[in-house]
Amino acid sequence: MKEFQGRIVAPGCVTAKAVVSHGGLNTLASFQKALQFGDKKATCGDQNNPDLYGKQMAGKALCLPQTIGSTTGGLVLYCACSMKRQPACMLFSEPIDSLAAAGAVLADVWLDDVSMPVIDCLGEEFLNYVKDDMTITIKEGGVVVVE
Amino acid sequence: MNLTKEQEAILNGQQGDVLARVMKTLMRYGELFGADSMVPISSKYNHLVTSFGLKALTPVYELMDKLIASGNLSQQKFSADPRPLDKNVPSNFLQDFIFQNFMYSKQEEYEKQLNQLGLMEKDAFTCTCYMDEVGNTPAMGEILSWSESSAVVYANSVLGARCNRNSGIIDLMGSVLGMVPNFGLLTDEGRKATWIVKIETTKKPEAQLLGSAIGMKVMADVPYIVGLDKWLGGSLDEAAKTYLKDFGAATASNGAVGLYHVENITPEAVKLGQNLIAEDAKVYVIDDAELEKVYKNYPVIWKNKDAKPKLCFMGCPHMSLNQLIDWTQKIEAALKESGNTKVNIPTVFTAAPAVLKKFEETPYAETLKKTGVITSYICPLMYMNNPLSEKMPVITSSNKLRTYTSARYYTDAEILEQLTKGGAS
Repeated sequence: MKEFQGRIVAPGCVTAKAVVSHGGLNTLASFQKALQFGDKKATCGDQNNPDLYGKQMAGKALCLPQTIGSTTGGLVLYCACSMKRQPACMLFSEPIDSLAAAGAVLADVWLDDVSMPVIDCLGEEFLNYVKDDMTITIKEGGVVVVE
Repeated sequence: MNLTKEQEAILNGQQGDVLARVMKTLMRYGELFGADSMVPISSKYNHLVTSFGLKALTPVYELMDKLIASGNLSQQKFSADPRPLDKNVPSNFLQDFIFQNFMYSKQEEYEKQLNQLGLMEKDAFTCTCYMDEVGNTPAMGEILSWSESSAVVYANSVLGARCNRNSGIIDLMGSVLGMVPNFGLLTDEGRKATWIVKIETTKKPEAQLLGSAIGMKVMADVPYIVGLDKWLGGSLDEAAKTYLKDFGAATASNGAVGLYHVENITPEAVKLGQNLIAEDAKVYVIDDAELEKVYKNYPVIWKNKDAKPKLCFMGCPHMSLNQLIDWTQKIEAALKESGNTKVNIPTVFTAAPAVLKKFEETPYAETLKKTGVITSYICPLMYMNNPLSEKMPVITSSNKLRTYTSARYYTDAEILEQLTKGGAS
């Protein structure tokens, strides 16, 4: 078990199993098919992401460095949240990028009944340590427990 | 963040709950990146990434309804990304049925929303809004609230405007409020390069591959590119602008680049030179082998890798006028050389409606038509992103289209050969 301290982007506490992307997560490429064709598991559709391609993202603790790609990224995340197909939480090893930040803030400000805690700045060691299916718990104050 | 009294009043709901939420969204968004204030948008027009009435994005349309119903419209007129449908583009009955009745069933309704919010004009749909023919070309130093990754990186790098890599919805909220948070690429410090990229190739690098390589390496950082100027003829002419359009789109789709400087070419690099390079900048050297490695690592996800292509898409981002003319000449010459009269793969060249209109006024339009190539204003990405199109063996020389869809990438030279001679498999 290991604890990591990050910065709170969107508040909340949650426990979920991890899925890990060591490369940048292309939000549009990852979520688009799932949103278009009613995949409630939000299976990752990004052929360029060998870590995540074909894996379930909805309800998981999505661990990643940053997001990349199309500037629809934020609204795609917002839609995933609104349609209840969002990850249980998003955990960034690096400072959050502008597209993911937009999605996290939009969901937090505009969707009153949806929660997707987001923590960033967890550090490179976090991404080196965490593996698929480990249990992640977000505690108060931006503390992330990995076991 | 330091807000003025007026801004605080908006945040406190004195102009209604919806505008308060808009302010809260932009403020929280900016604070995450250390923004100290909100600054006025100074460009004439905005540009939005969301142009498609995709049923999956229903929550976005609901949010737009809230803005419209509360009277919070855009303070600037705006262009938007390309439309997703065009009957000129080859499609089968099933595709048409799914496009019209399932995927893009919200298109008409959504375009009504865009008109209500402030669309520039009825055909202002393109990802290359900055083309002269379209007329949404910001000046150097202007503050924008744009999105569309390829347009943002072009505006910042080639035009010297100032814009962060905003997401869809954030773009619109900026122009509803008339201001954006001051951080990142809006600041002098944020525009400094933290990478020096040295181009050491023996020939002009393929724009798409070079952009892809740099995007994957520097991710969201700013690169200062040395040694590319000699391949671009030493000035920012129309051909160089077209090259940088495609190059930039690749940096932004394989990475998250919002600004690059090309020594002796892009306006800030011309003005400030190596003063744009931050201390301790990392170095990345690109040679022929590096680009070859990038190309070979592109995955091919066709079920049958030897399938004969059923469609070729060129123009993601949309082609420029000189690109349409150049390709027309190349195809005409190659067909003549091979003894053919028409391309042997159904081919679509996409460009902004205003660029296509200008192209139609040239003799090249007729020449291109005779080769069998179709022109369209469509977004190839939106055409491709569904299970039916995904199964089609589609080829392209766009790295962006390759990144987001099952389209297979070939270099421009390979595409030309396939279209005119049957070419490589």
